[in-house]
Amino acid sequence: MLPGVCRPILCRAAGNAIKNAGRRCSPYNPSVLHKVKPSPYLSLAPALTLILVMLGASLLYAIAESLGFISVIGQSDVSFRAYRAALAADSEFWVSLVFSLWVSVTATFLASIFALLVAVWLNNHRAQSDTLALNWNLAFPHLVFAVALLLFLSQSGLFARWAASLGLITSTDQFPVLVRDRYGIGIILHYVGKEIPFLTLIVLAVLRSQPIGYDVVAQNLGANRWQRLRHITVPQVMPALLSGALLVFGFIFSSYEVPAVLGVSYPRALPVLALRFFLDPDLRARSEGMVLSLIITAIVMLVAVVSLRLEKKSD
Amino acid sequence: MKPFITTSLRLLLYLILIAPLLLFIAYGFSTRWFFPAPFPAEWTTSTFDRALNDSRTLTGLRDGLTIAVIVSVLSLLLAFPAARVMGLRQFKGQQLAWLLLFLPTVVPPLAIGMGLNILFLQLGLAGTIFGVVLAHLIPTLPYTIFTLSSAFARYDENFEHQALALGASPLQIFVNVTLRMMTPSLVVATLFAFLISWSQYLLTLLIGGGKIITLPILLFAAASGGNPSTIGIKSLLFVLPPVLVIAFTARELTRHGEDIREQY
Repeated sequence: MLPGVCRPILCRAAGNAIKNAGRRCSPYNPSVLHKVKPSPYLSLAPALTLILVMLGASLLYAIAESLGFISVIGQSDVSFRAYRAALAADSEFWVSLVFSLWVSVTATFLASIFALLVAVWLNNHRAQSDTLALNWNLAFPHLVFAVALLLFLSQSGLFARWAASLGLITSTDQFPVLVRDRYGIGIILHYVGKEIPFLTLIVLAVLRSQPIGYDVVAQNLGANRWQRLRHITVPQVMPALLSGALLVFGFIFSSYEVPAVLGVSYPRALPVLALRFFLDPDLRARSEGMVLSLIITAIVMLVAVVSLRLEKKSD
Repeated sequence: MKPFITTSLRLLLYLILIAPLLLFIAYGFSTRWFFPAPFPAEWTTSTFDRALNDSRTLTGLRDGLTIAVIVSVLSLLLAFPAARVMGLRQFKGQQLAWLLLFLPTVVPPLAIGMGLNILFLQLGLAGTIFGVVLAHLIPTLPYTIFTLSSAFARYDENFEHQALALGASPLQIFVNVTLRMMTPSLVVATLFAFLISWSQYLLTLLIGGGKIITLPILLFAAASGGNPSTIGIKSLLFVLPPVLVIAFTARELTRHGEDIREQY
């Protein structure tokens, strides 16, 4: 959210808010007070109207442009041309789709594993400062974090310099290509680092709300550390972790800045390709950009629906 | 032995946490730091001075701040009444309202920005501060509403009823009871709205159309081909407000850790 520094975090807040909605007991509320209270719909109207009008308009315009109504040049050649072009077998779309899926799935998976381990460790070693440490990454928007990785890991970056001073390498091209590489390693590293705290907070929240009993009983029955993790902790946190991981996946899959800064020009992530088409001087390419943007949105929405379902079930 | 390992792991963690800041300072305030020197040899403030006299950087700072301040004030004004009813009341269609508020948090900014691009051009909002502010409100509003509504969910309306029974006017109740009790959450909500807007790249790019320049846009441009010193200074300027805000709210974050975690 921040550019999306916060998007996954927002999503969690929404989940919690939805969960809590049904659980409140109403305060003392004599009927005379209802006269001084405005209708809830009136209070919601300004914020909801703004959001709905903007989202609705952007969706309508996206569909219209993807079908060939391009209002800037007054051309309206309504057809599925852009869809056919974008989805053609030899289109770069497929390369980008595979690349984006690879990066998002790998990063989400690694971040979830590490988050689980960190959360279990932190749950056994409580300290006041942990909350700060886990929220500290909010101080670094994604763009800044990506730039920092670039300065740390590039072939003439800080780590390469240290390696050279230690005599491990003698020239810059001997340092492994970790950012702006063809396999998306830099992008994966970025998101693993950035999303571990977010997922850790989710797992910790579950762990701290669970009674300690199961773990103690298992220990008494002779379960070792690994068995307790495998059979007690993981089943406890799985629904929440999965739901959080899906949001992280959707966020990584649809974000632009990080793959743009840490990626190469081929293969490029789907959002990078979409914006490239959209800003193309050839205005016909705009429609193809819109098609890609609609596809990205559809995939992310689908994942978000599954995540919300899981979050509700985990209750 | 065990506490020693725990402590050193923690220290390592803290070092990693501030490493990006140290890195930006090292690059931003040094000169002629060539490969393979492990540390900067020559320190200087010339890149920093140049940035502070550079009109594009200054415009970026000014526009970014203006937009973020307007966005946080507006989203607070719009979110407050909405959050109050969402947190305190139960009504038909509330579940639907939550889902609609949830939408902007999952629809990618890329899609929102691209979709609104032509509409804003037609309306004359493209390339204006107001247009960018409107676009930024989409991601900030849900967050502000979620933060405030979970605070309202713990808020006891009977304090207001009591003030009413004691003869306070609606304005007095609002200022002396509601606002006063909600202050911590209002501060957190405002600061985070500010941060979300401050660090927006795509929406500013697609709606600002190259006319509205903010620091993320300058940093993005520098990252794809600028020299490391410039990148370091621009990163520092960009990251300063977020770092201050998180450090400033750190006490809240640690003291009310459980509460605030609930809000995320």
